[in-house]
Order: sequence, then structure tokens, then C-alpha cells
Amino acid sequence: MREALDDALVVASLLFVAAAATAAVLTRDPARQAVVLSLLGLGLALLFTVLQAPDVALSQLAVGSAVTPLMILLTVREVRRRKRRE
Amino acid sequence: MTRRARLWVLTAGLLGTAALFAAACLRMPPFGGTWHPYGDRAVQAALLQRTANTVSSVNFDQRAFDTLGEESILFAAVLGTVVLLRRTSGERRVTPQPASVPPAVRRYAIAVLPLALLIGLYVVAHGQLSPGGGFQGGVVVATALHLLYVGVDYRALERVRPVGLYELADGVGEGAYVVLGAAGLLAGSAYLANILPLGTFNTLSSGGTVPLLNAAVGMEVASAVVVLLARFLAQALEIVDEKEEGRERGERRKRE
Amino acid sequence: MTVLPYLVAGWIFLAGVHGLATSRHLVHAVGCLAVTQSATYVLLLAVGYRRGGTAPVFSDTPPGTPVVDPVVQALALTDVVVGATVTALLLALVVQTRKRHGTVDPDELSGLKG
Repeated sequence: MREALDDALVVASLLFVAAAATAAVLTRDPARQAVVLSLLGLGLALLFTVLQAPDVALSQLAVGSAVTPLMILLTVREVRRRKRRE
Repeated sequence: MTRRARLWVLTAGLLGTAALFAAACLRMPPFGGTWHPYGDRAVQAALLQRTANTVSSVNFDQRAFDTLGEESILFAAVLGTVVLLRRTSGERRVTPQPASVPPAVRRYAIAVLPLALLIGLYVVAHGQLSPGGGFQGGVVVATALHLLYVGVDYRALERVRPVGLYELADGVGEGAYVVLGAAGLLAGSAYLANILPLGTFNTLSSGGTVPLLNAAVGMEVASAVVVLLARFLAQALEIVDEKEEGRERGERRKRE
Repeated sequence: MTVLPYLVAGWIFLAGVHGLATSRHLVHAVGCLAVTQSATYVLLLAVGYRRGGTAPVFSDTPPGTPVVDPVVQALALTDVVVGATVTALLLALVVQTRKRHGTVDPDELSGLKG
């Protein structure tokens, strides 16, 4: 019973991660992509938790859902600001 | 090569890789199996070293030299970013205007900030016992500090965050790891060997050098993330190109 | 079920590479590289999973309980954080490219300029 539940959770989070990764690649606007990447980060953290890897989930949660998208957004802002003025 | 031809090469490459990878998957040990020779040995070794969190034992004891390499990549990447994002000639630093923050956001951010900092430090300190350690806790500490930017404004963040000090701390963290490794050599054993008393299993002081290496990595990662975000924030908010600035001023005058 | 996680890891990798190769914006390309990188974490943790095993932490489980493989977790864990700093380095390169060449479209960057 418990193993069936584990398997269901693993499959559900795997499918979510696959969908989020595909969406992140297909989102061509980098600012929107940062938001999808942050969703992907959350999905990966969830997947790592159900795969019994709390250590990895913790670092993925902090890095993937906050630090990386923030840096991408700041870069987009910088690049756009320069573009607008030309 | 034209765009069209490039797309064909890409498709062929992706399909080939997909076919080979799928064929390899079918011959791999099935998912969720019981055969984990390395894992079983790592668990044995971690219990012998009285480290409750096996992952920390692998990172900071059994494979500590590998982590030194990882840490050096991190250090080099931060160094490169700092060099690339410095202010160049023809650029000027401006003071960003204070922004107004909704009072609810401000209250929430200020209430959560000390809690998040504490959690980050807890995660670093308990790396040898519970899930966590220097890498994860360091990132939590660094992001917690940035709640000040969300809740108050950029100038408040700048006041509590002397970047020079964090750059120094980044170097000290990296250096401390190297020195702790050399202590193993001085004690007559190997580089990065676990030479300290192992302590009692499942207490804060267990694991020998694991908590110390954890603290060094936590310090380095926390200051690395702070420095990185500081550089990106400065680049996006503070540094302007003088030529472009002049052009913008002209445009504004025209509009008025 | 016995191969699904491996195939998902492969799918994420190929999707990321596809985005990387067809990207028209360097920041988008860096984002795709982050996606590609996450495929390796999925594959590593999938290889180390043991059905019915708990997390490899013995602070509240008695030694001897079956646990999942800690070695692959240690590999993935450090790379998550180190990967983020490498992403930062690449983004800094994008900012520099923008300053020097005035564009972030990789197709417009074909010629070498001094």
C-alpha cells in the first residue's frame, strides 16, 4: 500500500517536472521563462523529496526557486534597459 | 551554415541521442531496485565515523577532496562574475530612488527575516545530523538577508551588507577548507583526513571535522550568493552608461 | 515504471539542448542550460532510489534500516549550488556581450569584432 502511494507520487512529480521543463524551454521571453524556471525549481524540490533526498530538495528549493530566477530577472532588466535607449 | 541546415543537424543529433539513451535505459538496473553497492558501503562508513547524516559524511569526510574541487569551482565562478560586472570607464554610479513598499509586505518581511536567518544558521550547524549543511544553509542565510530588499528598500539592504566584507568572508571560507585539510597532513595522516575525535553519535559535536568543514562551506556559500546578488543588483539598479544617460535626459526634456 | 524516471531525465536533457540550440536570446539560452543541468539531478537520484527505503539520515531511524543511495545525493547536492554560481557567471558574460556588441541574439554575434 505504502509503496503504491510512493510510486504514484513519484510518477506525478516526474510528469510535472517534465512538463515544467518543456514549458521553460518553449517560453521564449526570458522574463517569463524566469517564472517558469522557478516553477520547475519547485517541482524538482518536490520530486527530490518524494525520492527520499531531503538534502538535495533543500538546496534545490533555495537555489532553483529563488536565486537563479532572480539573477535572470535582474539580467533581463539590465539588458532591456540598454536596448530601450538605442 | 544556414538556419535550416543547422536545424536538420540538430534534429538528427537529438534523435540519435534519444535512441541511444533509450536503449541504454532498458539495460540499466530497474528503478527502485535494491542493488546499491556504493550506497551501502557509504552508509557503513558514515556510521563508523559517527555521522548521522550520510550525505554530509560523503561530502565532507569520504569525498572531502571532491568537495574542495566543487568549492573551488564556486569560488572561481564568483570571482569571474565580480570581474565581469565591475564598473567600467564611461559608466557612472547613481543612487536609486527609495521605493514605497505596502505596509503589509514590510511587516511580513521584517517578521520573517530573523526567523529565516536563524533557520539558515540552524541548517548549517546541524548538517552532520539532519538534512542540511553548508551548501543549503548558506543559500538560505544569503537569501534571508535579501528580504530586507523586498520589505524595505535597496538602501536598507546596502547598509547591512558591506560587500567588501562578504568578499573577504568568501575567501576566508575557501581558505579555511584548505587549511582544515592541511591539518590532516600535520597530524601525520592524509590531506583532508578526519583527524578530530568523532564524538557521540547523533550529537552536535559528532563527526569529527565534518561540522567544521560544513561551517567553512556555509560561510563561503552564504557570502558567495550575497556577493553575486549584490553585483547583479548594482548592475541593474545603480550603474548607468554615461552616453545612454545623456540620451535619456535629452528624451525626457523633449517630452516635457 | 522501471524505466520511466530515466526516460523523463532523457526528455528534460533533450528539451534543454533543443532550446539551447534554437535560442534567439542569450538569457533564454542560459535558462535552457539550467534546464539541461537539472536532467542530471533527476537521473542521478533516480539511479540511487530504493523502493521502500528512507532518506539516508540516521538521526531518528535505527542503523540497519534500508535507505536510498547517499552517494548520488551528495553528487547532486553540491552541483545544485555550484551550478547556480556558474549560471551567474554566464549571465555576467551576457551582460558584457550586450555592452560590447549591442545585441543578445546569438545569430547576430557570428562575426568576431575587436
